[in-house]
Amino acid sequence: MSLFNARSAWTIYKQELMRAFRTAMQSILAPVLTTTLYFVVFGAAIGGQMQGGMGGVNYGAFIVPGLLLLTLLGESTSNASFGIYMPRFTGSIYELLSAPVGVAETLAGFVGAAATKSLILAAIILGTASFFVDYTIAHPIYAFGYILLVSASFSLFGFILGIWADSFEKLSVVPMLILMPLTFLGGTFYSIHVLPEPWRSVAMANPVVYLVNGLRWTFYGSSDVSIGVSLGLTLFFLAICVAFISWIFKTGWRLRT
Amino acid sequence: MLAHLGAMQTILEISGLTKTYSGGFTALKGVDLSINRGEIFALLGPNGAGKTTLIGAVCGLVRPTSGTIHAFGEDMAAHWRRLRARVGLVPQELATDMFEKVQRTVSHSRGLFGLPPDPAKVEEILRALSLWDKRDAQVRTLSGGMKRRVLIAKALAHEPELLFLDEPTAGVDVELRRDMWRQIALLRDRGTTIILTTHYLEEAEEMADRVGIINKGEILMVDDKQAMMERLGRTEALITLAQPLGGIPEALAAFPVSLTEEGRVLCYRGGGGDGGRGGTAEVAELTKALTRAGIDYTAIDIHESSLEDIFVDLLEGGAA
Repeated sequence: MSLFNARSAWTIYKQELMRAFRTAMQSILAPVLTTTLYFVVFGAAIGGQMQGGMGGVNYGAFIVPGLLLLTLLGESTSNASFGIYMPRFTGSIYELLSAPVGVAETLAGFVGAAATKSLILAAIILGTASFFVDYTIAHPIYAFGYILLVSASFSLFGFILGIWADSFEKLSVVPMLILMPLTFLGGTFYSIHVLPEPWRSVAMANPVVYLVNGLRWTFYGSSDVSIGVSLGLTLFFLAICVAFISWIFKTGWRLRT
Repeated sequence: MLAHLGAMQTILEISGLTKTYSGGFTALKGVDLSINRGEIFALLGPNGAGKTTLIGAVCGLVRPTSGTIHAFGEDMAAHWRRLRARVGLVPQELATDMFEKVQRTVSHSRGLFGLPPDPAKVEEILRALSLWDKRDAQVRTLSGGMKRRVLIAKALAHEPELLFLDEPTAGVDVELRRDMWRQIALLRDRGTTIILTTHYLEEAEEMADRVGIINKGEILMVDDKQAMMERLGRTEALITLAQPLGGIPEALAAFPVSLTEEGRVLCYRGGGGDGGRGGTAEVAELTKALTRAGIDYTAIDIHESSLEDIFVDLLEGGAA
């Protein structure tokens, strides 16, 4: 038997995607509706009153990458964490653990499905945004690559969260109490250059600033921080997640007794 | 009983298996166990004896502290991928995606173990377990017995050669339990080696070829079920006397008897070591001795000890 069982990975991937479509109201419609409301309120209503835009871009268009990232981070994390937490919670994880399935197949299945859901959401959100604001994407291939990278990284992060959590409360703590505030304070709705010191320097300690600005660069060709730094930090985060998950599978932490 | 198996071939070899949990509790203490290809092996033990931990260690749910597990002649730690593909597990808990449909969840299990879709095979399994009519039902809508069958179907989806059934009939009513026994016997007839844990001694007595008794993480005894019953079996006879006796008469002194019910019942317990066959013969001798001594009796209640009696004796150290 080879080191990667593609059929097993595909089975997990398919199952996870089907679960998302089975709960389409919660998995797809809810985040799209929420983001749409942001576009209506901040983009169309408030943005329409802001003369001169922000960072040289119309305000409605300016917030598109930030809002997209807000959804990507939350949904990637939640989907992946829920995907692995539920079998742990119900006990059905026994089947995965007793199957000829290793870390590669498990990640390809669970994380791949979570990232795919995020990509689908991203496409729907971008399509929806075009009804409310006029935006362009300067580097569409980079934009796709960056969205994919962020989705995969935070799906990996969510997977870790789903293994760490031993209650539904813990499962929602990180997305709600950490990711959401960091994203709101990470330049989703504003350029960090509008912040006075010392808040501008404090904001630079927020890792989400680099993610938002990385994606914003792919849209408008300019951002508050260098795209190289954004990309490097995102890849570093992804590498840490992969290393941690490898350790989880090696030691069986919270998976095998 | 095992004549149909032909030459014995070890399918699973467990040596010195120890599991100590992080809290310090040792669930398995150097367990050695061999399972023969094609047999039904029943692992008996009280709650907390280590049955589920032992199964978990073989199936990859529990990381052993020390010891080795060889399946199909190969080390499971080194070749877990190809060996796990040949092993199936039905857990004790009814744990599965309850919102999934029966047919789809069984197909999912097959794919998870790396096999290509085979609707005909899935249909065959579902029909064998009387689940075909429920193939489009969500698992959550089924009865407890049917849910357990779904778990069996999932475990069989990848056609395992070695199947673990952890308390397969727990919480199942008598009729369904007997139905389940028939299903398990059919699996064995098709060549699947089955290891089951059970609380129901009747289940082991009914189905198993060999029985292992485990308590506090140690295997107390492993033997052919019939041989175990013959070796450790007892005969108990209760002879109701026409007139009560004040003590054991000289004529009966050679027999292992005692008086109960204020001398109204003569109780014989014997025949150990020969499966009670000597016991029944000795009871016949006892009745003759009673007649010769002029002691009249009105009834005799005689029975052989069950696996349950042996099990209780072993756990209490009485027969060890």
